[in-house]
Amino acid sequence: MQKRVVFNNRLLPYALLAPQILVTAVFFFWPAGQAIYQSAFIPDPFGLKSQFVGFGNFEFLFSDPYYLASFQTTAVFSAAVTLLSMGAALWLAVMADRIIKGSGAYRTLLIWPYAVAPAIAGVLWLFMFNPNVGLVAWYLNAIGYDWNHVLNDGEAMGLVVVASAWRQISYNFLFFLAGLQAIPRSVIEAAAIDGASFWKRFWTIVFPLLSPTTFFLLVVNIVYAFFETFGVIHTITGGGPQQATTILVYKVYADGFIGQDLGSSAAQSVVLLVVVGLLTVVQFRYVERKVHY
Amino acid sequence: MSGMVEKRGIGTWLTHMSLIAGIAAICFPIYLAFVASTVTQQEIARPPMPLLPGPHFLENYGTALSQGINSPVWLMLMNSSVMALGIAIGKIAISILSAYAIVYFRFPFRMVFFWLIFLTLMLPVEVRIVPTYEVAAGFGMLNSYSGLILPLIASATATFLFRQFFLTVPDELIEAARVDGAGPIRFFVDILLPMSRTNIAALFVILFIYGWNQYLWPLLITTKPEMNTIVMGIKQMFPSGDDVAEWPVIMATALMAMLPPVAVVVFMQGLFVKGLVDTEK
Repeated sequence: MQKRVVFNNRLLPYALLAPQILVTAVFFFWPAGQAIYQSAFIPDPFGLKSQFVGFGNFEFLFSDPYYLASFQTTAVFSAAVTLLSMGAALWLAVMADRIIKGSGAYRTLLIWPYAVAPAIAGVLWLFMFNPNVGLVAWYLNAIGYDWNHVLNDGEAMGLVVVASAWRQISYNFLFFLAGLQAIPRSVIEAAAIDGASFWKRFWTIVFPLLSPTTFFLLVVNIVYAFFETFGVIHTITGGGPQQATTILVYKVYADGFIGQDLGSSAAQSVVLLVVVGLLTVVQFRYVERKVHY
Repeated sequence: MSGMVEKRGIGTWLTHMSLIAGIAAICFPIYLAFVASTVTQQEIARPPMPLLPGPHFLENYGTALSQGINSPVWLMLMNSSVMALGIAIGKIAISILSAYAIVYFRFPFRMVFFWLIFLTLMLPVEVRIVPTYEVAAGFGMLNSYSGLILPLIASATATFLFRQFFLTVPDELIEAARVDGAGPIRFFVDILLPMSRTNIAALFVILFIYGWNQYLWPLLITTKPEMNTIVMGIKQMFPSGDDVAEWPVIMATALMAMLPPVAVVVFMQGLFVKGLVDTEK
């Protein structure tokens, strides 16, 4: 799409673009270029000079069991966060959609957790499950379950998943509810006249009609789990125990800033760039389809 | 009209009950944090903690605000405000200008610039932290507001949003402006900017929350406690080693950290929802 009528001015458009292009060049393209460049070198122990290793960092990375394990951790974590937050949100949205009066009040009560930062969500859940003072941990102990996410891999993963999904339910709820309300009532009523029960109507009519929303949310939630949950993991587990909750983004940080392994961290950044690129392509395919509907 | 599908009696009652149960489950962590922020350290150190608020509200919030643990919470709140406002205003300002250039002018390399901005969609700061940190450090931006704000203000999303909106503005307006002898700057200030009010407000709400809730970037860029933002500073309040955390003060801080963005969402719900839908298009 283009404007038919435009202004003619030689320098003004460049002046208008300059601030954004400047910030983008300095803080996006230069660092991204640096990441690609650094990924081909190994700095010597004194940081004085670097040795060119070509794809050596990548070869090393993909033969490193910890890195491969981090891929698996990320997959498990993202799948669990996405399923849990979308499942809970869909349930709540279906319930809210059945209510004619007062669904606005429920909406207000359900959307605000979106404003809670992931790191704060992490602190809240850490408090409930703290092995020493946490209320939920204490009650679990009282019924004979010895909760300690500091030592137990599965419990640590469960806790970061729940804390991450908790905050994302609001977002999914909002979009599911809008999607449900966009479905014409007449379609559902026709099925009701044919005698289809509520859940039958849901699975045969409502859920298929909701699929564009579901697919869109699937991509958004995977992106969220991959890149925005750093705060949850940093506050609750710090990637532990024994890297059990070290997702890819956390590993870039841990190797780059704590481990000071810049070549490996840069190579990991490049791998993540490719992952983000693929996710963006998937997202745009979807946007294109939506336009053609 | 929809009476045919609507369940009556027990069905409606069950629907309300499951919604209330869902809301209770979602609100419970916040409620517990609030209770913890009104009791003493001793009450928490001897579990189970009480389930009803205690009388120490003012004491704990006062301690947090005036002293905190590493740095007072009022200072961290101020840093967060500067950062969130800087990011929101900065992003809007640079994006609206570049979108204006791309939509309303024809000039060499227009599409090159468009794609350069577009590419930044794919580069969240989490992905390129180490090199971006090095660039910021090279400019001497550690422990400064410009270091907290500038690397986060370039974004394709806001530029796209304004571009989409400008494309829907009728061409007759610019024709009329030209007939009246108004130049591009007059047209922008007198016509386009007032028309974009709602879009700017919706975007502001979303970007304020985005800026306020930043965690990883402030964690890297601020090493001095007096430059900490509240969302990243809360992690610094936990003791290292086996010392017991001061939970009442930490929980009071957590609640104060979430109050501004939550208030924005609740009181500007319409703009918030519009912003959310717009930015995901």
